[in-house]
Amino acid sequence: MYNFAYHRPSSVAEAAAALAAASEGKLLAGGMTLLPTMKQRLAQPSDLIDLGAIADMKGISTTGDGVRIGAMTTHASVASSAEVKAAIPALAHLAENIGDPQVRNRGTIGGSIANNDPAADYPAAVLALDATIQTNKRTIAADDFFTGMFETALEEGEIITAVSFPKPQKAAYAKFPNPASRYALVGVFVAQTASGVRVAVTGAAPCVFRASQIEQALAGNFSPSALDGLTIDSSGLNSDIHASPEYRAHLIGVMAKRAVAAAA
Amino acid sequence: MPTVSMTVNGKAVSAEVEERTLLVSFLRDSLGLTGTHVGCDTSQCGACVVHVNGDSVKSCTMLAVQAEGANVTTIEGLASGEELHPVQKAFREHHGLQCGFCTPGMVMSAVDLLQKKKSPSEAEIREWLEGNICRCTGYHNIVKAIQAAAGAM
Repeated sequence: MYNFAYHRPSSVAEAAAALAAASEGKLLAGGMTLLPTMKQRLAQPSDLIDLGAIADMKGISTTGDGVRIGAMTTHASVASSAEVKAAIPALAHLAENIGDPQVRNRGTIGGSIANNDPAADYPAAVLALDATIQTNKRTIAADDFFTGMFETALEEGEIITAVSFPKPQKAAYAKFPNPASRYALVGVFVAQTASGVRVAVTGAAPCVFRASQIEQALAGNFSPSALDGLTIDSSGLNSDIHASPEYRAHLIGVMAKRAVAAAA
Repeated sequence: MPTVSMTVNGKAVSAEVEERTLLVSFLRDSLGLTGTHVGCDTSQCGACVVHVNGDSVKSCTMLAVQAEGANVTTIEGLASGEELHPVQKAFREHHGLQCGFCTPGMVMSAVDLLQKKKSPSEAEIREWLEGNICRCTGYHNIVKAIQAAAGAM
């Protein structure tokens, strides 16, 4: 790892100032992706701005219509949160199955969605549950947030502070994990929300996406049998040593059915 | 170079480190606590697991400066004098190791599990050990040791 200047601000404003002053600054959340990337010298930031000491960015609270999760809240905290389990059990379940226990003790929701790894779990929940991303500058709707592979709507110097999830009527997440990495080969999050059925797919394509074909099939009949005979188009899906586009397309249908069956 | 201060195994420690120093390097090289091992160095194998403020973490994927002010426990901090920790005793009694390389991480991970869940099922133990890789034992005796330790704690 190349060396860098290290900053440990105690407020979001201080973090934003440190980021603005750095030539090639990077925000450090849980570090579960950034530190390995730096070890491989695939990233060489001039400055690391560690968000770990900003108390305001941690914690979970119940809101009028759901839960608000601070960006620096760990996966382990989300998985064990009574508030999340009560409002959106599918979200707690998703967090409980990210990586391994030690990764869940460090990795954060803000870091995960800012990185927007094509195979990360959280983007599927954020998109399917129609969550709102709060930053130090504005709020961003989930539909506008994930823009491409490792790309988001975040602007230069913008810091995610929290994610607000409205409580769905029913939701569930089903993933087919890569047996070694536990990243999603395909993960499907289904939710019955105030604005209709929303289905988000991660792991299958360069970026998380909504499966409109599945949403339409489930709109009138929210049951696994509504997806019988549905063929998912494999064009544009990922192809790598783990799975072909055709296999991923097949898995989308299977995971969607499992998620619908499990939805609570 | 910044100075980092933390509590390690109950003792206040302080040292100058490069910003990029990993927590595991700080423990091993600055403090001489070589019980924490570096296995894969890519946060997969779990040989480097220590506790930071009570939670198990992979110390190869955390900077020493991120542990500023934290309470860190390593494998060296588990026993009280000559008296081994119940999990250490159980690993010895149930032959939960062969070469021993993964053992410090396995034990630290197991202690964290038993702090959070008093009587985990076999399936829960196996699931918890997701991030700890052992290439000798096939895990059976490790799981037995953790089950026995759960009963003894």
